[in-house]
Amino acid sequence: MSGANRIAGQGRLTPAKTARFTFDGKTIDALVGDTVASALLANGVHLVGRSFKYHRPRGILSAGPEEPNALIDVSRDAARRQPNVRAPVQEVFDGMKVESQNRFPSLAFDIGGINNLLSPFFAAGFYYKTFMWPKAAWEKVYEPFIRKAAGLGVSPTEEDPDHYANRYAHCDVLVAGAGVAGLSAALAAAEAGARVILVDEQPEVGGALHFDTSVKIDGQSGYDWAQATAAKLKAMENVTVLTRTTAFGYYNHNFVGLVERVTDHLPKPDKKLPRERLWQVRAKRVILATGSIERHMVFANNDRPGIMLASAARTYLNHFGVAVGRKVGVYTANDSAYEAAFDLKRAGVTIAAIVDNRDKPGDAVLTEARRLGIEVLTGHSVIDTKGKLRVSSMSVARNGGGSARSIAIDALLMSAGWTPSVHLFSQSRGKVAYDAATGRFLPGTYAQDCLSVGSCNGTDGLQATIEESLAAGELMARATGNEGGNKLELSGENAFEWTGGMAGAAEGAGIDTTVKAFVDFQNDVCAKDIRLAVREGMHSIEHIKRFTTNGMATDQGKLSNIHGLAIASEVLNREIPKIGLTTFRAPYTPVTFGALISHSRGDLFDPARKTPMHAWEEAHGAVFEDVGNWKRAWYYPRSGETMHDAVNRECRTVRNAAGLFDASTLGKIEVVGPDAAEFLNLMYTNAWDTLKPGRCRYGIMLREDGFVYDDGVVGRLAEDRFHVTTTTGGAPRVMNHMEDYLQTEFPHLKVWLTSTTEQWAVIAVQGPKAREILEPLVEGIDISNEAFPHMSVREGKICGVPTRLFRMSFTGEAGYEVNVPADYGQAIWEAIWARAEPLGACAYGTETMHVLRAEKGYIIVGQDTDGTVTPYDASLGWAVSKKKTDFVGIRGLKRPDLVKEGRKQLVGLLTKDPNVVLEEGAQIVADPNEPKPMKMLGHVTSSYWSENCGRSIAMALVAGGQARLGQTLYVPMPDRTIAVEVSEMVFVDKEGGRLNG
Amino acid sequence: MADQALRKAPLAGRHGGSSGARVTPADPATRLALRAGPDAIGTLSLAFGLELPQRPKTSASVSGRHALWLGPDEWLLIDENGADLMGIASGVSALHSATDVSHRNTAILVSGPDAAAAIAAACPLDLGKSVFPVGAAARTVLGKIEIVLLRTGEEDYRVECWRSFSSYAFGMLVEGAEDAGL
Repeated sequence: MSGANRIAGQGRLTPAKTARFTFDGKTIDALVGDTVASALLANGVHLVGRSFKYHRPRGILSAGPEEPNALIDVSRDAARRQPNVRAPVQEVFDGMKVESQNRFPSLAFDIGGINNLLSPFFAAGFYYKTFMWPKAAWEKVYEPFIRKAAGLGVSPTEEDPDHYANRYAHCDVLVAGAGVAGLSAALAAAEAGARVILVDEQPEVGGALHFDTSVKIDGQSGYDWAQATAAKLKAMENVTVLTRTTAFGYYNHNFVGLVERVTDHLPKPDKKLPRERLWQVRAKRVILATGSIERHMVFANNDRPGIMLASAARTYLNHFGVAVGRKVGVYTANDSAYEAAFDLKRAGVTIAAIVDNRDKPGDAVLTEARRLGIEVLTGHSVIDTKGKLRVSSMSVARNGGGSARSIAIDALLMSAGWTPSVHLFSQSRGKVAYDAATGRFLPGTYAQDCLSVGSCNGTDGLQATIEESLAAGELMARATGNEGGNKLELSGENAFEWTGGMAGAAEGAGIDTTVKAFVDFQNDVCAKDIRLAVREGMHSIEHIKRFTTNGMATDQGKLSNIHGLAIASEVLNREIPKIGLTTFRAPYTPVTFGALISHSRGDLFDPARKTPMHAWEEAHGAVFEDVGNWKRAWYYPRSGETMHDAVNRECRTVRNAAGLFDASTLGKIEVVGPDAAEFLNLMYTNAWDTLKPGRCRYGIMLREDGFVYDDGVVGRLAEDRFHVTTTTGGAPRVMNHMEDYLQTEFPHLKVWLTSTTEQWAVIAVQGPKAREILEPLVEGIDISNEAFPHMSVREGKICGVPTRLFRMSFTGEAGYEVNVPADYGQAIWEAIWARAEPLGACAYGTETMHVLRAEKGYIIVGQDTDGTVTPYDASLGWAVSKKKTDFVGIRGLKRPDLVKEGRKQLVGLLTKDPNVVLEEGAQIVADPNEPKPMKMLGHVTSSYWSENCGRSIAMALVAGGQARLGQTLYVPMPDRTIAVEVSEMVFVDKEGGRLNG
Repeated sequence: MADQALRKAPLAGRHGGSSGARVTPADPATRLALRAGPDAIGTLSLAFGLELPQRPKTSASVSGRHALWLGPDEWLLIDENGADLMGIASGVSALHSATDVSHRNTAILVSGPDAAAAIAAACPLDLGKSVFPVGAAARTVLGKIEIVLLRTGEEDYRVECWRSFSSYAFGMLVEGAEDAGL
């Protein structure tokens, strides 16, 4: 059995296809195609959750994504668990586990229900008023309490084992919603030849045709027509039909986000399938056919389990074959609810009464009700309900007073009319307009290339909807250059036209009452709360919303917004449009992080850039550090070595023998053209026209403001060709900076830039034995000291492979940088290593590189400079040409603040105790006994243990640093104060003999 | 060339994809970043043996040599047969800039009926037949990286990227191919 309330012969599910799941541990028998909501209702379960604030028992209110009450926790296993799933949209599958939320210890007996009794203390704005004082209590008491109390559901703690996919797509016409309107529009557009994407959030197309069985289109039942039309569309090459797919966000330039739920309904999904697929669609035109959502009636105790929207009850009956009760009452302000009563009555359910708060309902529905023998109480209202865990009776009274009559019921269907779903339209920045005649907000001014059709556009009547939609589909197809197809015609008929509708509080919940007439079920906002907000001075809907939290739950007020507005309007005595409608934001319904992240996890989270020698480094035990996206060898520990040991050994080895270093990540830019030297003259502080081909120079690049931007060695390969190097991290921005100036400031120069960072693998060979290592491997280049002095570059071959060989050094030792085309990098490294290792050399990493350069006082831009350092501050004034009349930053350098005395300057620091290594970033003061706040003179920028010096060394930016050489300053630390002496920055080989050796 | 034994391509040994979209590392090729003004286009075209394209998103191909339009004065030349493109360029006296980028880039071939869908997992470009026909080329993005995309056949694409990004590109295309094949 799939539930006692399943009615034979009703609905579209196949009785033989069963599925079984548990709800709070109890086994529930269902049919394939059921939602959790329909399956629970089939089994007579109405109590599904507890409300957010008052912990009131709640049931299933709707049959769609607007559901505010029936939020459940759905799991497949421990890791695949999702809280806050809306029961009417979650399809059942064999073995699923469903748990109710927000209750303790059980759903039927919930301690939090005490909040309901204490509700006078939890009035609107409660949080704002209560948790204001004392301030200190916020962090420790209030915030944790609010967070705990506010938590709906519990997030899973295990890593998500599912994967998610992404797809970019383009189309002429995107149609959101596959009801009568969307299908008609998609068909017309597709027949004209347009590339069409049709998307609908439900498992099958059809929209309102799921419940509206009175509709016939071209002689077919509406639902069957919808399925046949979808099949026809799916068979067309130019059409993509996506079901179980929600258009959740409408962004700029017709960019629409869709999320397709691929496996959430499958009992044992193929592991290859993504759980969800994100579609990012760029549509030339968009047609919104998003339908409308039925509103509830606002009256006292309108939230008991068993009270639901009339159209929902119709869906459960006509699609799922489930009767939501045996003795059902109807409370309405609109004709559409009558049809729910008719369908149920015909299926054998007793209709206790239709209570219509209008004096004059539509004639047609009234006649039919009489014909079916249903009691209709016009001009009456339901003023209260009873029933603890499910509604048991309704109190009905004539409008305007009089005695109430209690009618026993086990379900109550309600309808206050229909709210057009303008969410996506609003997200597109379209402006809605209020239609006073029908009391609806409708699409007004469009901001993007889209059209709304059908009931989301306020179009009433089936035939009118069809015609409008066909026309829109054809129009949008033509607008995107499609000329095929003939004009389509479809004829639709339905049983009744619907009239009526109301917004705001109904009888008995009016202005002077304090009953709990719920406006927003998910956030427990009552009509009286909105009035309180107005009385407390909130007159704009944006303020009222935030004060009461009306419409701020995850359902974004799909049911409550219009009622809230109407109630505020009544109290304020101002028309609804004057109060305004809040703006709808993406997403339309909640979207998982998994879908948004899609492929970007694990190895694909971010590119991990590896150099051509990475495999060798890995095999030789390198520990890697991240530098931007690069993985760089940091140090090479041998067995038993700490990082400190390894770096000390590497530092010693390079100065005593030699070392190999992977410098491939250095940025490289090839600057080519007859004006190359002139361009570099403008980009760097140095002079380049004087540099001869075959020679190199260390260059400094400034920003317009005169501060150091980047540095690097530039080699001149020919009159018109330079090989520029940049810092590793600076490579892309230096390229952009140069390209920017070339295109905007110096477009007259005949010069072009090409990034060659990755063309070359770079092997630095540094140390006294560097030449001995390389000499036999190099062909066609005399690398003797005389022929190839420090700061030279030659092109030739190494091991038979072309090379650009640089004589340069970032260690202070005689050194070379071997550039070879990247694919050869590892082989040449291995060839050099084969010679280097027997000569006592080592491979060294970035940490040793840092120490060695600091021993020589070479700066690292971005570590020793911070964007406020001029070349003079960094003792690099020698690199600023005195003869040039222009370069980027030349005027900046002359600013008064940049030339004044006492600027922070880079200097060396030697701790009085040579064994103490300063902390980088530590502040420096002159007088350690000065009362706080002390005057900070600067900070430590680089600090290392130097094995070669047998002591610690440091560099620091210190105010007036050059004038303080020899002075003692202090570095206050939490546990002690460290005395330091200001020194020159060069700690090893001050004369530079090793460099040129 | 004798030195081929020393070469190690960044994607050596990688393979993947699905029956609908095979993802394969391309063989090594020579490549040139070519820059020149309009005056030099004729001379350069003659030298390289193909008409340098002058319209956005187009390319020219002659027996394994491709010239891809990247900008008004910028082309990526690829020679699948390994011709010495720098050598050819050095013989042209018309003002231009040629830089060897043979090793900077590597390429991934995506082929099969689902090739476009595989690429669309991470590339926002419209790959529809009328918009991006055979021969179309564009510098675009694939996930978080820059690529140059060339449609070489109805169901064949060449994805060029910088070598250190190729592992990421390959992984992304394989995931795209697997999803496209479902």
